Amino acid sequence: MALLDHVTLLLNMMRIRRMEEVCAELYTQEKIRGFLHLYIGEEAVAAGVLSLMRPQDNVMATYREHGHALLKGVSAKQILAEMFGKVEGCSHGRGGSMHLFSSVNRFFGGNAIVASGIPQAAGLALAAKRLKEDRHTVCFFGEGAMAEGAFHETMNMAELWKIPLLFCCENNLYAMGTALKRSQSQMDLVKKANAYNVTANSVDGMNIIEVIEKTQIALDFIKREQRPYFLEFKTYRFRPHSMFDPELYRNKEEVMNWKEKCPILTFKGHLLQKNMISELQIQELTLKVEKEIQEAIIFAEQGTWEPIEDLEKHVYENDL
Amino acid sequence: MKMTYREALREGLKNALEENPNVFLVGEDVGAYGGTYAVTKGFLETYGPERIMDAPLSEVGFTGIGIGAAMGGLRPIVEIMTVNFSLLALDQIINSAAILRHMSGGQISVPLVIRMTTGGGRQLGAQHSHSFEGWYAHIPGIKILAPATVEDARSCLSYALKDPDPVLIFEHALLLNTSEEVGELPEIRSPFKAVVRKSGTALTLITYGGMLNRCLEAAKEFEKLGKEIEVIDLRCLRPLDNETIFQSVKKNHRVLIVDEGWKSGSLSAEISARIMENCFFDLDAPVERLCRREVPIPYARHLELAAIPQADEIIKKIQEIIK
Repeated sequence: MALLDHVTLLLNMMRIRRMEEVCAELYTQEKIRGFLHLYIGEEAVAAGVLSLMRPQDNVMATYREHGHALLKGVSAKQILAEMFGKVEGCSHGRGGSMHLFSSVNRFFGGNAIVASGIPQAAGLALAAKRLKEDRHTVCFFGEGAMAEGAFHETMNMAELWKIPLLFCCENNLYAMGTALKRSQSQMDLVKKANAYNVTANSVDGMNIIEVIEKTQIALDFIKREQRPYFLEFKTYRFRPHSMFDPELYRNKEEVMNWKEKCPILTFKGHLLQKNMISELQIQELTLKVEKEIQEAIIFAEQGTWEPIEDLEKHVYENDL
Repeated sequence: MKMTYREALREGLKNALEENPNVFLVGEDVGAYGGTYAVTKGFLETYGPERIMDAPLSEVGFTGIGIGAAMGGLRPIVEIMTVNFSLLALDQIINSAAILRHMSGGQISVPLVIRMTTGGGRQLGAQHSHSFEGWYAHIPGIKILAPATVEDARSCLSYALKDPDPVLIFEHALLLNTSEEVGELPEIRSPFKAVVRKSGTALTLITYGGMLNRCLEAAKEFEKLGKEIEVIDLRCLRPLDNETIFQSVKKNHRVLIVDEGWKSGSLSAEISARIMENCFFDLDAPVERLCRREVPIPYARHLELAAIPQADEIIKKIQEIIK
């Protein structure tokens, strides 16, 4: 079962939420530039799945990956410094919001080409299996990625070659502004996985306990069978796709309905009702999160710019 | 002993598989079929299906798996049947393999080797005859090898596998049956540097891959006339070996570049520009180029021959320059 207690699970979701809110503020202040994709509303998925990940496990994510990076061990300081473009950032300021990396934490990005990380995650899982390393490999992607050839090719090869990879589809119903029903002839995503003989399950992605339970079942299966597994997490992003999105494609009522299922609010309510947490403890958690994020902002502000003389570094291992 | 280009590729792969248990080959028809060009015949039986992986027709998928496996500690060799099909994997090659190191601030290494067949000349029509190696040389973050000799075909793989960055190897289909006298062991010579295949003073002829033999043939004709043409085999298209090129140009003052790729925006254009930037006052004549004509490769034999530089054309061009 979960490696973390309930209070920590709540704390982790709150950390993601607060960091993302602060990112939005920093974006309007023009401290963060470029594209910024926020994970607000979807926290239970990353917090649930990552609660089962150990330091040696491989994680591959998308361009909406701040939360995944944070819970895989990349500090909020390094994440914010990266978004500020500072050399102290987790990708030394070369990546930005969409390309967070941390090789020590085995966090492999931060991939902003939809579905591109999926075969790479399969390669990581294949390597771990061949090298007989005790690692899980987990790959996050949105339901939009399931229209890409790379997804289908990888599903097929993963099952064919018995690659122990956990496919985690964060189905937030919209590929940017295109609704699932407007882009997929088969909307039952589990059936798509089953078409490749991949074992699959669907999960309420707004419920962290269900996320953890079903992910644990999947990881046990992968370890036992040495084969892939597909999980669909039904979730919703409360914010626009990116900071440029005027949200013409969905109505306010739909967003309001989903906000009532907020994974943090419902989990808090559940813990309070069961007397597993007190209001005072929640206040303490809030302060703890605020301290972490405020320190991260200061760290990012105080970070330094990489000298332009170093511009052509990191293209090859050895300068040519 | 005598060895063909095909046998050389085969020996290179065999040595790689035997030297390092983490090396594996993945691609279409590399196993049961024995390789599209019979390079890996019998490998499946010798090394087993884990190391000789017959892939489905999923270029983007198995190239991506190669990238991931390389990041995860293995040494994959991805074989793509021809350069034309590599365009299906372009996203993985350019948007990931080439840039992961940079995007991660130097943290992620992708020690991946991708081999593919290139070039025209076999009446295979427009979709099987491209020469995109010069085009790939546009991309920072990857290295591009184009072995033109049996010896290079034999030895370049071991260097590519030792490189910490992605290396693409372009094997010219027309060379597969050519043979050469080689020593018992592969030559120890980095493939990342150009080589002067024939020295001379009348003109510098710069080429690579499938065009090398034609250039050497042309140079031989001039030898009969007492004119020594210097032939440079680039071998590595990225990074380009400026030093060898400039040294020769400064000595000979006249240059012809023979490139199987199209002329517009080509590798030949890049080399010409570099010569202009660095050796302008050493030139006695404009830098000239012979390239693939700007059409998709036609099927008809006479048209295909006319579309790709041939030895007689090279001779004619050299005559014009040194007259």
